[in-house]
Amino acid sequence: MTHEKDAPHGGGKVIDHATGTAKVGHEWDGIEELDTPLPRWWLWTFYATIVFALVYVVLYPAIPMLHSASTGTLGWTSRGALAEEMTQEQAEHRAVRAAIAAAPIEALAANPALQRAAIEGGRAAFKVNCVQCHGAGAAGAKGYPNLNDDDWLWGGDLNTIQQTLINGIRQPGNDATRVSQMPSFGRDGILTAAQVQDVVSHVRVLSKQDPASAAPARGAELFANNCAVCHGAIGEGNRAVGAPKINDKIWLYGGDRASLTETVTNAHGGVMPAWGGRLDPVTIKMLAVYVHSLGGGEAAPAPAPAAPATGAAQ
Amino acid sequence: MNALDPIVAAPLYAKRTAVFPRKIDGPFRRFKWLVMAVCLAVYWGTPWIRWDRGPHAPGQAVLVDLAHRRFYMFAIEIWPQEFYFVAGLLIMAGIGLFLVTSAVGRAWCGYACPQTVWTDLYQHVDRLIDGDRNAQLRLNAAPWGAGKLVRRAFKWSVYLGIAFVTGGAWIFYFADAPTLQRAFWTGTAAPVAYAATGILTFTTFWLGGFMREQVCIYMCPWPRIQTAMLDENSLIVTYKHWRGEPRGSLKEAKGAETPLGDCIDCKQCMAVCPTGIDIREGPQIGCITCALCVDACDRAMASVGRPRGLIDYCTLVDAEREIKGTPARSVMRVLLRPRLIAYFAVWGGIGLVLLFMLGARERLTLSVAHERNPEFVQLSGGAVRNAFTLALRNMEDRPRTLRLAAEHLPQAAIYTDDMDAHAARGSIDVIVPADSTARVRLYAVVPAAAARPQEFAIIASPLDHGGRPVRRETHFMAPERHGDHEHEEENE
Repeated sequence: MTHEKDAPHGGGKVIDHATGTAKVGHEWDGIEELDTPLPRWWLWTFYATIVFALVYVVLYPAIPMLHSASTGTLGWTSRGALAEEMTQEQAEHRAVRAAIAAAPIEALAANPALQRAAIEGGRAAFKVNCVQCHGAGAAGAKGYPNLNDDDWLWGGDLNTIQQTLINGIRQPGNDATRVSQMPSFGRDGILTAAQVQDVVSHVRVLSKQDPASAAPARGAELFANNCAVCHGAIGEGNRAVGAPKINDKIWLYGGDRASLTETVTNAHGGVMPAWGGRLDPVTIKMLAVYVHSLGGGEAAPAPAPAAPATGAAQ
Repeated sequence: MNALDPIVAAPLYAKRTAVFPRKIDGPFRRFKWLVMAVCLAVYWGTPWIRWDRGPHAPGQAVLVDLAHRRFYMFAIEIWPQEFYFVAGLLIMAGIGLFLVTSAVGRAWCGYACPQTVWTDLYQHVDRLIDGDRNAQLRLNAAPWGAGKLVRRAFKWSVYLGIAFVTGGAWIFYFADAPTLQRAFWTGTAAPVAYAATGILTFTTFWLGGFMREQVCIYMCPWPRIQTAMLDENSLIVTYKHWRGEPRGSLKEAKGAETPLGDCIDCKQCMAVCPTGIDIREGPQIGCITCALCVDACDRAMASVGRPRGLIDYCTLVDAEREIKGTPARSVMRVLLRPRLIAYFAVWGGIGLVLLFMLGARERLTLSVAHERNPEFVQLSGGAVRNAFTLALRNMEDRPRTLRLAAEHLPQAAIYTDDMDAHAARGSIDVIVPADSTARVRLYAVVPAAAARPQEFAIIASPLDHGGRPVRRETHFMAPERHGDHEHEEENE
């Protein structure tokens, strides 16, 4: 050590002349190092973080192991935290959900605040469960009905919408589901290809897309014999069997010749899942109220006095 | 000595020398008392002023209602989207500081700054409990014993009490004061109220009781900015060295060969200074221009029968004039200079614009969002329907009934999402509760014959007295029809 001669006796600190700062005592090829220690507060903060980390490791899950992590004495888990938040959220909604559950679906409109809550709850549930087919704006797509319009296959009053939600459409294994099946007129040989074209021509006239001519006149008879039983004599549809109106402007599978030919030839029958087993009754009720509020909702049909008589006669 | 010899620099860190200002009386001290009393009274009393706004709004004159996003100031109520009023006030406060600083120097620092007011208050507590300057110095130098410990504990608890009562009172601006007061003491107030009180009590205690002038000298940016703002016409506290020097006590003056200046070197100016500086060293960052040294010096001068004002407010220009022997300029000449007039014009202009905007602002507004998914809905009969989300903001403290209608949209019928589509008609009435926003989902149906993309306006007309209708331009979306252009040609 070349600079030892500078060191005072007794191993005290060597002071650098230029800066007035103590040296650490090392020397490499004449280069020496000044002793400028970390500030005390910094050091203590650093020690405090170490203590914090040790405490944290004991209290919280921290050490990764093969299949899980150490549990921590507090028993905290991110899943548990989520579950707790969800429980809290549910607790906050309990009162309003109970009120919605207690009110008959037609009576919700009498309580604007409750109806608003149901619409918003339905909007949230719709985004999770329904948008995959019906679209984010409930505008549907080819084969998936637009829920905004006033054209309902099975009915657009609150109870019918709720019924459809619970049991679905053509849902296999559900006894209460709504079922109907259009025959595949072309594929099954019920009508010849030429006859299919005549029927299509007539449907185009019924829906006021084409003027009357010879082909539709031939199609009219075929329509009366094959189609009118479900779709009605003038194509007004029949909600009892989910037969669409075909004299309006709304087409589920398209109203052009090609699409109509395809429909008459092969038939269509969309399936909607039954949500009764998947969602709780309050959520389904809110969904029905939401869909009803989209602009096409209908009032409950007036009780038809003839209906039970017809049923009895059958 | 050679080039490698040490360059001995002074350390950057200077240990604080405690300041024990002596009690003083005089015109500036009395003015400071007045400002302190007014500032504390306004700060403390304002939340307790009641203001009747009817049954739908809080009855507190000044209230920052963060939970409901409303700001109440006497007759003025501000909604979040009107926050530019607050921004305007802050800009006015900023320019006002420029104005004041250019005119009278650091008057804000010397009299009105909360740090000054609270430091002043705490220094009075020191004098009340520990005695005046000399007693405080003795106690400070005394070793820690039981007596000193008790005294200190007592004084600090008084500090804490004042901090709690004054600093803690800040929370009353954010909730109904009497209710919060009750809730606070019964332990039922919101946790944030306790936290805020705790934090503000601590900052008041610490900044006013212990940090004191260090805040002004080391922490506050304002003194630094002011060095750039002051000019040769700004009033600063000036030791008139041309009159005072050479200084010397009366005894020294008797023995002196040449006559001495007016300064008798009694050091009273230093003893009363709340930031512990010697003003005779000239203008400096530590001087908050509280003018207590003026009071002290005037007393000293009076006691030796010399004219007052050896230390006084004075501009640099006037100092030059006095040195040359010309009299100081009149106050009006100093104040009526372009810089001050420009500041005042900007300050007043912003104020006038704000006042005008306050008078002209709408208390009923409407915004319209056209539904984009789907843009329009084709109905079975050929009619086309559009959906709109309306936000009707009623900023008045009374519920209002509004008649909604579609303007310049031929044959349109409208309805809302809680109505049946068959009830659609030309106009519908909605009630917007007092001081709140109503969101309305509005459907507009246009029959097939008239359905084409077009511009129109949604209009909301108040059915009560006093209120202009509000309208918003929007558009109606519909499928483009091939026949449209032919029609237009036929019409031509």
